[in-house]
Amino acid sequence: MNHRMIVAINCHILRIVALFMLPALGISLFQGEQSSVFGFLAAMALMFLPSITQLIPKWRPKRRNLNAKDGFVIVAITWVLVSALGALPFVFSGYIPNFIDAFFETVSGFTTTGASILRDVEALPMGLLYWRSFTHWLGGMGVLVFLLAIVPMGRDAGYSLYLLRAESPGPQVSKLVPRTKRTAMILYGIYIALTFLQIVLLLLAGLPLFDAITTAFGTAGTGGFSIHNDSLISLSPAVQIIVTVFMALFGVNFNVYYLLLMRSFTKKTFNEEFRAYWLILLVSSLVVALNILHLYDNFWVALRHAAFQVSSVMTTTGFATANFDLWPELSKTLLVLLMLVGASAGSTGGGVKVVRVLILLKYARNSIQKILHPRTVHVVHMDGGVIDRDTIRGVNVFIICYLFISVVSVLLISIDDFSFETTVTAMVACLNNIGPGLGQAGPIENFADFSWFSKLVLSADMLLGRLEIFPLIMACTPSFWRKAT
Amino acid sequence: MKVVIVGDGKVGFTLADQLAKEGHDVVVIDKNKAVLNQLSEQLDVMVIPGNGASLTVQREAGVGESDVLIAATSADEINLLCCILGRKLGCKHTIARVRNPEYAEHMYFLKDELGLSMTINPELAAAREIFRLLRFPSFLKRESFAKGRVEIVEIDLKPGNPLVGKSLMQLQQVVGVRVLVCAVQRQEEVHIPTGSFVLQEGDQIYVTASSSNLLQLVRSLNLIRLRVRNVLLVGGSRIAHYLGLMLTESGISVKIIEMQQHRCEELCELLPKATVVCGDGTDKQVLLSEGIEQMDAVVSLTDMDEENLLVSTYARHLQVPKVLTKINRMEYIDVYREMGIGSAISPKLLCATDIVRYVRAMQNTTGGAVLAIHYLVDGQVEALEFTVTKGTKYLGQTLTQITLKPDLLIACINRRGTVIIPKGSDTLEQGDTVIVVSKGSHTIYDLNDIFA
Repeated sequence: MNHRMIVAINCHILRIVALFMLPALGISLFQGEQSSVFGFLAAMALMFLPSITQLIPKWRPKRRNLNAKDGFVIVAITWVLVSALGALPFVFSGYIPNFIDAFFETVSGFTTTGASILRDVEALPMGLLYWRSFTHWLGGMGVLVFLLAIVPMGRDAGYSLYLLRAESPGPQVSKLVPRTKRTAMILYGIYIALTFLQIVLLLLAGLPLFDAITTAFGTAGTGGFSIHNDSLISLSPAVQIIVTVFMALFGVNFNVYYLLLMRSFTKKTFNEEFRAYWLILLVSSLVVALNILHLYDNFWVALRHAAFQVSSVMTTTGFATANFDLWPELSKTLLVLLMLVGASAGSTGGGVKVVRVLILLKYARNSIQKILHPRTVHVVHMDGGVIDRDTIRGVNVFIICYLFISVVSVLLISIDDFSFETTVTAMVACLNNIGPGLGQAGPIENFADFSWFSKLVLSADMLLGRLEIFPLIMACTPSFWRKAT
Repeated sequence: MKVVIVGDGKVGFTLADQLAKEGHDVVVIDKNKAVLNQLSEQLDVMVIPGNGASLTVQREAGVGESDVLIAATSADEINLLCCILGRKLGCKHTIARVRNPEYAEHMYFLKDELGLSMTINPELAAAREIFRLLRFPSFLKRESFAKGRVEIVEIDLKPGNPLVGKSLMQLQQVVGVRVLVCAVQRQEEVHIPTGSFVLQEGDQIYVTASSSNLLQLVRSLNLIRLRVRNVLLVGGSRIAHYLGLMLTESGISVKIIEMQQHRCEELCELLPKATVVCGDGTDKQVLLSEGIEQMDAVVSLTDMDEENLLVSTYARHLQVPKVLTKINRMEYIDVYREMGIGSAISPKLLCATDIVRYVRAMQNTTGGAVLAIHYLVDGQVEALEFTVTKGTKYLGQTLTQITLKPDLLIACINRRGTVIIPKGSDTLEQGDTVIVVSKGSHTIYDLNDIFA
């Protein structure tokens, strides 16, 4: 392993995140909020501190190449580190005095979960609210992808694919263009453009600037932190419709947008995952709308709420315009199932991802065929091509680990003695980066009542979910750290 | 520039590596998915699985919008087909690896129809390189810059060399012409020397000189002890054929040892002036009876790396003045150096280098930051060629006024076709090209990066 390079990259990331605190610091200064000004300054100072090591020539990296293992270590360390240090403004300013609570909140932010331990969000000053929402935006596309987009690569940039792969969701991560740097720039370009568009539309819909920006950050990263206690319930229907559309858009694989920009309108652009994603969204919205019809004045209002909740949950955002905990059982179950499916690969959303579900279904169908006709030969077709065995195996292993982690987490959280519904959906909402579950973890509730132990377990779940399990599990394997393996 | 490479073999990989590092956008097409996966993890390139000669695959790779298509699969016919397609799709330059000499002939004949910008034959390139090295037997390696006007050569300082014990300031007095030592390898360490650096026995030095001064350098260092007159080629491969032709035509006597009877007869037919011996070239008795001890140079050219190493080690043992070895697996180059087998030549690597040169030459006309990169001392030192533009700092100031970063020097200035080996009083002018030698510790993208 190239330890020095790992340290160097982590120092770089911390510097970038510290610089990203500047707008929040500016807002705090403007508001004259002294405690949060102090909080941000202290956190930034601490984040710049490790960079001192880079001033010592002996500690600077000699070789710049990384292997797959290094990529996983960097991603794992970066995310834990950034979450821990990103939590400091909350602690130092005294608004979330308990570090574990602040850590949970920040992990929830960076992993774009949106689960909060705050009973009264509106009590937070604007600087901290901005920072809380901004963590969604940065975590959505990924901190390392941002690093890849802005840092000059040098001549031995081959390693960069490992970083891109370790942080981007999906079973097969490929580049859009030959250069990793350009790929990262294109991804962030699309991301920034869509976010900006949403801010403008929200402003036109009559939202104040600060609300528009934080809501857009929450939508873009498919996060779900709102600056109101009741999420989006009290906002106007126009705003709710805009947010519905953009949540759905951010759950699409960004490759699709790139291909559209390249004026490719073929079947390859609108691939099987894309079609399946929209089909699930539309059908589920309709089913939920019909199911909740009796609760609302007319079909359109019901459909608005249904569509909002369905896309919020499926893209793993976690905003709410209605307390779906009070909805009929069919709708609730459907929403929980959608949490598991999640968004598309290569989007900012979490969950298992539509493409993995598709691969698994096709693989299962093939395997059953094989039992019926033992001599037949099958491959998994997708978009006119074939999914190779390694990818299928990867998906299978992913699902197995995913189930195993779910079971263990539920067991650990059950120590807190909540109802089964609360325990299970809290875990599902965190592991899939959604935020609100059902029962006491429901959309208008919060996670404050959970014990510190459960909060740590759920934080781990959120990180596992965002990084798609493997980097963190590998970093926790003893043999991984042994030399000469 | 956008470059598409078909075939991820040794040549394809080397090309992708070099071109990606020089800042081009590289797409590699190959049928073997596993190999491509490895490639994409090692280099910053895009990979596309499939048959490079298929239209769909070429379209997917965006050959139409690319500047260069390089077909480097092992099959000549596929390479030609790739290039025809690529040209039709609108690729500006196409390069094909064509190794069968029968096709090489009608390359000129069909040049327009095939739309080829360049064909390259690895064996021919290797033969040329060996021939070049045989003419300057004392250099371990030569690299050409600035369209061949400047060379960086590697010299082993053996006992008795007049440079031993001299500091670099005294260099010109000893050599008589202006040359510059740009890197010194002493044991494991590499130094970018300053004027007070004293050379020692056993150093490997890298010297920059204009091509016309090269002969003078060789003479004053007493490096030419004898001209090569008798050469023994072990193994009658295609390289032996090309090399035999070049050597016999310049009046050098050539003896070829080849195992297979029918190949011997073919070689006799092809090389009327050469002596062809049918026998096992790795057999000590055969070598001795063919007078290996009296040879001025031995070149081992069999298809097996192991046999070539064996023959070369033996020739070295017998103190044949010049030993050259054909090696396919260059990744162990540092081991070969220790074994003392002389210069090692890899046809595939050479082929890649030639193509890279061509691509660079193309880029020179379109403009770009780095014109060329060469790696010296097993990649520990980079020699980079830049153009001095309007935006370059310190234009017109003398070099003594400019401070450079440590471990870095300007090895050569090329001004309108004349080569200047720089002294303190020289200046940088707009339109010059300069060669900067640096230890890999800095990353240099632009000429301005070298200034402290």
